[in-house]
Amino acid sequence: MDHTTRRRARQQWAAWAFLAPVVVYLIVFYAYPLYRNLDLSLHDYTVRSFVQGGARFTGLDNYRAVLHDPSFAPALLHTAVFTLTSLAFQFAIGMALAVFFRQRFRLSGTLRALFLVPWLLPLIVSASTWSWMLNSDSGVVNSVLHTLGLSPINWLTSPSWSLASVTIANIWIGIPFNLVLLHSGLESIPANIEEAAALDGARPWQRFWWITFPLLRPVSAITLLLGLIYTLKVFDIIWIMTRGGPADSSTTLATWSYRLGFGNLLPAFSPGATVGNLLIVLALIFGLIYIRAQRRQNQP
Amino acid sequence: MTGKRTWWHTPVAIGLTAVMLFPIYWMINVSFTRGQDMRKSPPNWFPVHGTLDGYRAVLDQQLPYLGTSVVVGLGTVALTLILSAPAGYAMAKLRPAGGGVLSFVLLIAQMIPGVIMAMGFYAIYLAVGVVNTVPGLILADSTIAVPFGVLVFTAFMSGIPEELVEAAEIDGAGYLRTFWSIVLPLSRNAIVTVSLFAFLWAWSDFVFASTLDQGGDHQPITLGIYHYIGNNNQEWNAIMATAVVASIPATVLLLAAQRYVTAGVTAGAIKE
Repeated sequence: MDHTTRRRARQQWAAWAFLAPVVVYLIVFYAYPLYRNLDLSLHDYTVRSFVQGGARFTGLDNYRAVLHDPSFAPALLHTAVFTLTSLAFQFAIGMALAVFFRQRFRLSGTLRALFLVPWLLPLIVSASTWSWMLNSDSGVVNSVLHTLGLSPINWLTSPSWSLASVTIANIWIGIPFNLVLLHSGLESIPANIEEAAALDGARPWQRFWWITFPLLRPVSAITLLLGLIYTLKVFDIIWIMTRGGPADSSTTLATWSYRLGFGNLLPAFSPGATVGNLLIVLALIFGLIYIRAQRRQNQP
Repeated sequence: MTGKRTWWHTPVAIGLTAVMLFPIYWMINVSFTRGQDMRKSPPNWFPVHGTLDGYRAVLDQQLPYLGTSVVVGLGTVALTLILSAPAGYAMAKLRPAGGGVLSFVLLIAQMIPGVIMAMGFYAIYLAVGVVNTVPGLILADSTIAVPFGVLVFTAFMSGIPEELVEAAEIDGAGYLRTFWSIVLPLSRNAIVTVSLFAFLWAWSDFVFASTLDQGGDHQPITLGIYHYIGNNNQEWNAIMATAVVASIPATVLLLAAQRYVTAGVTAGAIKE
């Protein structure tokens, strides 16, 4: 063996020695819990067999039961409505703010930084604040509606409004993330392209629509896909504000899974894990699309 | 865009920021509101008869929760750094065979919903006997930050000039020494970014706390707030005062380390 190959072999050993802790960690704290989850969904676990073992193997019975459960279709629909509405508003508002803040003016940096605060707050803080703001009798939102001569809305306690309420709170939390990503995307577009268009007489809106927006497409795709993956798994906000209620009107796959596993006195771990695994499949599909989009952006 | 300054930008921006931050203002306002004014219609827009009752309740009831959250946060930071910094060094500088697969796995790992991880953890923790313990919660919380940490360290350490690392090797330094005395000291920014997010995520975690530490003797502040709401508590000044106190770390970190926050938000998404 010559010198370079020996050195390279030594480097490989060193590399994997440095990586060993993380690899072990990923196996024990990611792969194994996920395996346990799969195992739960393929057996009929009761509270007793959960502790003592010996649950009956039931194959795909849990999946069949979940797909035929009357809660499944509404939960899937709510997940889709919650996710898509959140994304559309977060992205549109985030984009408008990013374009606005791109023009340097006094305090622009400071104010943009302040926009990050909602994203950094613990979700339970945001969720409980919104709960109180949307309170039917004493909430500030209904008080404003009253001043405007509108009738109050039972934001969190009426089945027709609960999903809208949690979506509004989630949009508020997600705007900063979109703003930061889109703003840094805008910063990477050379200013002279737009200046040239301005000299050619393009109006600001035309410049945005025909030049900036197409150039921003890769960053937009990544922002939307990441937002999609994050929104699919939103659980805290919904659970804290409405617990998925009233009458399941704001139940998504994430809250349904949690309620089955942890939300009742008698936990139903196997169905809970089953719903969870379906959610993982959804997240992974979009995750793979995201990774593809990101690869493409890095190799122009 | 063209660098032209127009006078109306700053007032409009202040207005937009005010709208965006209104819920935070409202949280602070309610935290100072007296119990008898809580259900007043219309509500007081300013804490005119301000009271510190809410904060007194925090001092009386929430200090143990806050203490637990600090311990859990710091523990998560330590565990995350120990695991992710060496891995980042290997990925960035030692070209491991199979490194591409590992970074793919890390990206995927970030996408798995916490609710689902919690269920698997619960089954394992019950068997091992670490349900309702602080170390158990630290381990679970670290899973939110470790993949992110490795990716940030890898991206950052890739930017350290190869000559510096090679010079150390020519001087006879082994890999461990190169990592410890050359690469790590140069990676201060990455260490700050990763620590900051690991702490914030652990501090904010509700999913793992509510599943793995529901009956624990030491519970984090997120559960403190949750119990407050769950008990059908009508003392919203106390709830909001706790929420204000629970927001302090995020606010302090943002004020003190704004550029690291922005770096962290973009690091996971734009760079590889």
